[in-house]
Amino acid sequence: MNRHLLSAADLDRDNALLVLDTATQLAALTDRAVKKLPTLRGRTVVNLFFEDSTRTRISFEAAAKRLSADVINFAAKGSSVSKGESLKDTALTLEAMGADAVVIRHSASGAAHRLAHSGWIGGSVINAGDGTHEHPTQALLDAYTMRHHLAGGTGDLSGRRVTIVGDVLHSRVARSNVLLLTTLGAEVTLVAPPTLLPVGVEQWPCETTYDLDSVLATTDAIMMLRVNRERMNAQYFPSAREYSRRYGLDVKRMNQLPEHSIVMHPGPMNRGVEIANDVADSARSVIVEQVTNGVNVRMAVLYLLLGGAQLGAGSELDTPDPAAAVLTEATR
Amino acid sequence: MSAALTPEGTRTVLDGAEIARALTRVAHEIVERTKGGADIVLLGIPTRGVYLAQRIAERIRGIEGLEVPVGSLDITLYRDDLRRTPARALLPTTIPAGGIDDKIVVLVDDVLFSGRTIRAALDAMNDVGRPRAVQLAVLVDRGHRELPIRPDYVGKNIPTSKAEKVHVHVAEHDSQDAVVISGDSGIGEQP
Amino acid sequence: MNHVETVIRSVRPLGGAPVDLVVRQGIIASIEAPNTSIAVDGALVIDGTELVALPGLVDLHTHLREPGREDAETIESGSRAAAAGGFTAVFAMANTDPVADTAGTVEQVWRLGREAGYVDVQPIGAVTVGLAGVALAELGAMADSAARVRVFSDDGKCVHDAVMMRRALEYVKAFDGVIAQHAQEPRLTEGALMNEGALSGILGLTGWPAVAEEAIIARDVLLAEHVGSQLHICHVSTAGSVEIIRWAKSRGINVTAEVTPHHLLLTEDLVASYDPVFKVNPPLRSHRDVVAVREALADGTIDVVATDHAPHPAEDKDCEWAEAAMGMVGLETAVGVVAEAMVRTGLMDWAAVADRMSVRPAGIGRLAGHGRPLQVGEPANIVLIDPNRDQLVQRSMLQSESRNSPYLGRTLPITVVATFLRGRATYLDGAPVPAEQVRA
Repeated sequence: MNRHLLSAADLDRDNALLVLDTATQLAALTDRAVKKLPTLRGRTVVNLFFEDSTRTRISFEAAAKRLSADVINFAAKGSSVSKGESLKDTALTLEAMGADAVVIRHSASGAAHRLAHSGWIGGSVINAGDGTHEHPTQALLDAYTMRHHLAGGTGDLSGRRVTIVGDVLHSRVARSNVLLLTTLGAEVTLVAPPTLLPVGVEQWPCETTYDLDSVLATTDAIMMLRVNRERMNAQYFPSAREYSRRYGLDVKRMNQLPEHSIVMHPGPMNRGVEIANDVADSARSVIVEQVTNGVNVRMAVLYLLLGGAQLGAGSELDTPDPAAAVLTEATR
Repeated sequence: MSAALTPEGTRTVLDGAEIARALTRVAHEIVERTKGGADIVLLGIPTRGVYLAQRIAERIRGIEGLEVPVGSLDITLYRDDLRRTPARALLPTTIPAGGIDDKIVVLVDDVLFSGRTIRAALDAMNDVGRPRAVQLAVLVDRGHRELPIRPDYVGKNIPTSKAEKVHVHVAEHDSQDAVVISGDSGIGEQP
Repeated sequence: MNHVETVIRSVRPLGGAPVDLVVRQGIIASIEAPNTSIAVDGALVIDGTELVALPGLVDLHTHLREPGREDAETIESGSRAAAAGGFTAVFAMANTDPVADTAGTVEQVWRLGREAGYVDVQPIGAVTVGLAGVALAELGAMADSAARVRVFSDDGKCVHDAVMMRRALEYVKAFDGVIAQHAQEPRLTEGALMNEGALSGILGLTGWPAVAEEAIIARDVLLAEHVGSQLHICHVSTAGSVEIIRWAKSRGINVTAEVTPHHLLLTEDLVASYDPVFKVNPPLRSHRDVVAVREALADGTIDVVATDHAPHPAEDKDCEWAEAAMGMVGLETAVGVVAEAMVRTGLMDWAAVADRMSVRPAGIGRLAGHGRPLQVGEPANIVLIDPNRDQLVQRSMLQSESRNSPYLGRTLPITVVATFLRGRATYLDGAPVPAEQVRA
């Protein structure tokens, strides 16, 4: 494992499976009476949340506490951060407090990367969602959930077909899932109106289509992304009703899915927009399970990043080589 | 002892037959010491301790006709040296259906060295239940204890230098049974 | 340093055959066979063996930040940085605080530049009051002021209103002015953080599409043709822009264009580091765009290299990408980067560098006394370059108040050895000449 978890791309197949296997073992432990393990005793985990996300924060907090870490919650609202303190000064404060890991949620893409590579702090950085970039632990819990239902809880996701539907353009969940699920051998299809697919998506390691109905029959897992209502005002699509009609998962569409397939949603849901009420509450919906799995997966990540000796910063895969991005030769 | 020479400066200190005899003896001692073995649970420490526990259980069945519950107890999350090495993958913990409360738990490990593994195992077991008593069976005791821990059942005492490494091979995992020592013996045998 | 005479021995003007250049009273007094001139007592004698002499460089696009953001740069510090980069004149952009949209402000900038003495600071006037795009600034008053403003720009903002752009283009014809357009369609670039392409999608950064630049350039060349005015395009960054300008020139439209050193060398891949030192506007583009702007500069479609030197204090860069200010410092490194991107690659020789970095920018900016040939009787605005000595870019090399250089830690293939403004050394032996000596 690298020192940080900033992107799902930081995980190769072996490391991704290591996280999932570790989470599986931890789930077996925590299913029994063992609610607290001594593993991270004396370690400090800071939840640094510049953006409201109660569910993600609680999940990380539960994970850290079950491993006996000391947890400090640092919510930006109402703190010095909202009074204009920079990310740098906040980071220096956390470093002075001796944070072994910082779990960061931020509205700016790249904030976790910046924190990890700026030299401001020495501990591990875990990206809990940065802008419209990535949310790697969400992808891990999604993969964990799919593996449980579609692959018997072991091995990778080779040949499994995953359909991700909705606002891919602004979705960090979609980005991390495409990367991780592909690493694990799954075949991913993105479904969205053309306005909500990023430029260059054809270079991503996945398929895309504008037609949800065309892929339902071959889908093993379907993941519905939240549609932010403000996108409607920015003319990404004409109305919530039209969106729902073309890209929402209703009972009729759900019935076109194969018998074994599962319905997922990273939450929070807009019931009646991207997912119908009856679908969200159906037997195929694993949405509540995703939440449970989130704690085990985050325990696994914390254990693997913090449970061992800290490796040198040289082991990171996510540092670009500046020289690679420069044209130094005549190219015509 | 057949100190057969094996390649790369290693030497075999126990072969398959010797391991089999040692385990049989340990099984007999457990039955004797626990007055028939009625309330015991064998918990192997992964990886090889689990196979050894299963073999001991087979022998007890042979001796007493008794099905002894066997489980595995991973101690990784309880280690006190976590900060010294990269994080390790976790191994399975399986507790037999009857649990361990009020049972006599016999921990089974391949090699007893510093005693820190057993310390971690006692902690891990504490989170699983409350046995009536805990005993310890090991295939090899190589000395150099760092904690006040001693085995109840020993397959073979093998004096070693601290610099040496003791490898237990079991057929289920390593394709053959053997106990092999490698590395500097520290007592000037080598040129 | 006011020597009675400066003799540069055995130097190669524009990289040609070596000569001795003798400078007296601010002009090139004579040119003699190498190592044959006899220096008078008290002359400054420089061994120019293996050095290349170019006419003093002229930067058509510099942000000096004064008045208003003297923490980022002052006219004096920016002038010093320019001298260190081999420049003898810079055009100071209008987006100061207050904006340079009145005769009073441009005269103040012009006067402070003269007082600093390192380079000629030629103010650029704003096109619209406060750069707000609503009302034309008093362009004529600025043109008639002591600063004699000829270049007008709302740089940092685009004159996006078509009628406003048309009026500005027409109005400045009365005093031979030129409108320098920052081509950026505002609605297409709301919240834009990097070049729009596959990488922006992966990094989750809002894209700045090439079409937002190209659409404005296309509109403006047609407007310039329609009203018969001269148009200058700032910091061209895309292959599509190059094609439009090439087309416009082939039609005889009076358009000129500039490219920055960083758009000649760096690509968007650097953004993957999320290090805001690489955040700039227009953004770093793709490999294909870099190839296109290099070719366009080499064939003259793009007329000039202009630095877009944009100093920012550390706190405006030491933060999240989205929060960070846009811009890079570039005066000290400009000719080194051009050497790496254009000379080392064989795309241009030193004569072409002189043309794109001195002759043409002085011509576009209507700046007398700069961009002149290195001939007897011409003003002695000269830069000496060692074309074979590498230079490691480090903080100590930067004269700017700010340190936001994307080249820190990189080695450039040439070294600026000395700069002379009207015969007086402003930069010598790897250091700026002290301020009091420059002014003396």
